[in-house]
Amino acid sequence: MVYLDHAATTPMLPEAIDALTAALAVVGNPSSIHSAGQQAKRLLEESRERVAATLGADGIEVVFTGNGTEAVNLAIKGLWWQRRTAAASAAEPADGSSPARRRILMPAGEHHATIDTVEWLVAHEGAEVVELPLDEVGRLRLDVLADELERGAESIALVTMLWANNEVGTIEPVEEVARLTARAGVPLHVDAIAAYGQLPIDFHGIRRATDAPRGSGLVALSVSAHKIGGPAGIGALVLDRSAAVEPLIHGGGQQRKVRSGTQDVAAAASFAAAAEIVADRLDADTARMAALRDRLIAGVADAVPEARLSGDAGAGASVRLPGNAHFSFPGCEGDSLLFLLDAAGVAVSTGSACQAGVPEPSHVLMAMGRSEADARGALRITIGHGSTDADVDAFLAALPAAHAQAARAGLAARATSFDR
Amino acid sequence: MSGGVDSAVAAARAVEAGHEVVGVHLALSRNAGTLRTGSRGCCTIEDSMDAQRAANVLGIPYYVWDFSARFKADVVDDFIAEYSAGRTPNPCMRCNERIKFAALLEKAIALGFDAVATGHYAKIVTDDAGNRELHRASAEAKDQSYVLGVLTAEQLAHAYFPLGDTPSKTLVRAEAAERGLSVAQKPDSYDICFIPDGDTRGWLADKVGTETGDIVDRTGAVVGSHEGAHSFTVGQRRGMRLGTPAADGKPRFVLEVRPKENTVVVGPKEALAIGVIAGSRFSWAGLAPEQPETAFGCEVQIRAHADPVPAVAQLVDGELVVTPGHPLDGVAPGQTAVIYVGTRVLGQFTIDRTVSAVPVDA
Repeated sequence: MVYLDHAATTPMLPEAIDALTAALAVVGNPSSIHSAGQQAKRLLEESRERVAATLGADGIEVVFTGNGTEAVNLAIKGLWWQRRTAAASAAEPADGSSPARRRILMPAGEHHATIDTVEWLVAHEGAEVVELPLDEVGRLRLDVLADELERGAESIALVTMLWANNEVGTIEPVEEVARLTARAGVPLHVDAIAAYGQLPIDFHGIRRATDAPRGSGLVALSVSAHKIGGPAGIGALVLDRSAAVEPLIHGGGQQRKVRSGTQDVAAAASFAAAAEIVADRLDADTARMAALRDRLIAGVADAVPEARLSGDAGAGASVRLPGNAHFSFPGCEGDSLLFLLDAAGVAVSTGSACQAGVPEPSHVLMAMGRSEADARGALRITIGHGSTDADVDAFLAALPAAHAQAARAGLAARATSFDR
Repeated sequence: MSGGVDSAVAAARAVEAGHEVVGVHLALSRNAGTLRTGSRGCCTIEDSMDAQRAANVLGIPYYVWDFSARFKADVVDDFIAEYSAGRTPNPCMRCNERIKFAALLEKAIALGFDAVATGHYAKIVTDDAGNRELHRASAEAKDQSYVLGVLTAEQLAHAYFPLGDTPSKTLVRAEAAERGLSVAQKPDSYDICFIPDGDTRGWLADKVGTETGDIVDRTGAVVGSHEGAHSFTVGQRRGMRLGTPAADGKPRFVLEVRPKENTVVVGPKEALAIGVIAGSRFSWAGLAPEQPETAFGCEVQIRAHADPVPAVAQLVDGELVVTPGHPLDGVAPGQTAVIYVGTRVLGQFTIDRTVSAVPVDA
C-alpha cells in the first residue's frame, strides 16, 4: 500500500510508539500527592515542556486536549464566553445599544472543527459570524480583515483562522493577522493543526514581533499529535497566560482549571517524543517533502494536462505546505478517482475526511470561487515524513489509467445510457 | 449496501460465489439524519455505518458514492411533480430505474465492474437461447419483482440478485446471524426513505403547499372541502371529513384527483371498479413478446403487494391496453402496472388512462 494521505493522519514514529508503551507502564495519577503520583506528574510536565518548546511556548501555556477538534472548540467557545462575560461586566452605553462583542471573524474555507463550532455559537449563543473572503489560491483577503477590524473592533469577540489550509495547503498570513488583531485589541486563535510539523511555529516570537498586548493578538493556537507522528487521541491548545477562556469541561480543575479530567501521561509522553523529532528534523524533512511534492505536481501536469492545481503554485515550503498537492480533474468525480487509485494500491483523499464517508463538493474550493463540478473532481495527495520517491512514482504510474477510467465514468449527476 | 440485512447477505453470497465484490453505499441525501428512527432502514449515518460494518465482516472494500443530486432530481422531485399532477407514483421503482440500475450501474461499469448486485428478492433466469428473464422470488411474501419491473434487457444483463432463490426472509436473517452480521435482527424498512417520519401527506403539504379546494361527488355537487388535492390518492377512504352524508349512507372513496381544478371526486366503493387500464409509457423486462399487437393472456399487478389478476393485454396504436378478468379497485393514474406470465415479469407500463367498470348512474 502506497500511503499518500498524510494530512488525514501520518504513521506514528517508532520513538513515539516506544515512548507511549514505556509510559503506559508508569503507575500514578499525576494529580495524586504521593510519590507514584509525583513520578507521573514529572513525566507529564516534562512532556508538556517538550511539546511547548516545539511551539515557541512555555509549558504552562500548553493545555492538553483529547484531540485537535477539542482544542479548537476550547479556543473558540472559551474565548467567546470569556469575552462576552467581560463585555457584560464593563460599562454599557446608556442607550443600551452595545454590540457587546458579538461578532466572530472567520475566513471562508476553514476546517469543520471551526465552522461548526462558530455556527453552533450563532445558533445557540447569539454570535454573529463575519465570513472573510479568500482569494483564488485560498488565501485570506487581508484588506477585508483590516476593514472589519477598523470598522468596529469593540464589537468583535475574536478572530479565528487556519495557519495553513488542510485541503489545498495554502499558508495564511498569520503574522500579519496577528499584528492587525494586536493593534485592534482583539484576540486571535490560530488552528495550526495542518501546519504543525510542516512549518516553524513560534508562538512567543509572533507575540513579540507583533507587539501583542495582554489578551490580544495571537493568544491561542491549536495542534494535534497524530498529524506529526504522535498518537491519535491527544491535541493541545497553546494559551497565552493573558488569555482567559471559559472551560468546556468542568471537574477536578486540572490544567489551569481550563481542562478538567485525569491527564493522559502516556499520550503526552508519546506526543512529546514525536514533537521533538519533527522539530529537530524540520528543515531537512520539509525540504525533502517539498521536493517530492514538486516532482509529484510536475508529474501530474505531464500525465493529465487538464488537471488543475488548487492553491498556491509557488514552490518550496513558504507559501504552500510542503507535503500538500491538490488537484481538480475536470469531468471526473473525486470519489471515482479515489476508488480506482485505492484499487491500484494508492491511498489518497478527496479532501478532508468526513462523516459516514460521504464526499461533498469541497467548501474550500467553493470559497476560492471554483465551480461545483471543479470541486467534485478534487483529489488531495499529501506527503509525510516517511514518504519516498517510490511512493510518488507509484502514484504517477497509477494515475493515467485511473484518470482515463474515472473520466469515462464521468459525473454522477449526468444522464446515463440507461435513461429513457 | 443500504445497511439492511438483505443487501448484507446478498454481498456475502456474492463473495462466496467467487466474485470480486466491493460494497457501495449510496448517499442519497445531502443532510442525512444521524440515527435510525422507527421502521426506517436506510439513509441515516447509522445505516451507512451498519453497511460498512457488514463489509468489514465480509472482508470487502466499502465506499460511499454520492448520488444525492440525481436522486433529488429523478426520484424526490419526480415524486412531488407526480403527486402535484394528481398521479400516484412509486418512488422505489423510480429509484431502481434511474439510480440503482442507471446512474450507479453506469458508473460501476465505467469503473470496471460487471454487475450491480442488490438484496432484492427476485430471480434472474437465463433461457435456452441465453436471454435473461426476470422472475418472482422463491420467497413469495417478500417478492420484489414488481419494483424491478422497470428494468430492461440491457439493465438485467448487469443485474445480480443473490437472494432470489431463498424461500423466506427468516432464512436470510438466520444466515446473517450465522455469518456474524450485526444487522441480522435489524427491522425491515417500509416507508419511503426520503420521508423521515413516514407522514407522506404532511411532507407533501410542506413541499407543495396547501390550498383549499372542493370535494365533489360524481354529479359535481360539492360535498366537502380539502387543503390540497395532492394529498389524496384514488381509493382512499379516510381523512376527508365530509360534512354531508352520502344519500345512501355508505362510505365514500376518492375516485379521481383533478389537480388543475384542485378538486377531489368521491363516490361509492363500487365506482372504484376499473375495467380497463392503459398506458403508452411501457418497457419489456428482457425479450419483448413477438406479437404484442395480438391479444395475449397474462397477469397484471398494480401495486407492490397487490395480488396479480388474470388479464388480457394488447398493444394498440402504441398504447398497452390491459383488461383484467375482474374489475380492479383503487387504480390511480401514475401507478405502475407490471405484467407477468407465470412467474416471469414480461414488462410494465405507467397507467395513464383507466376505464370505469361501472357507468356513472349505476
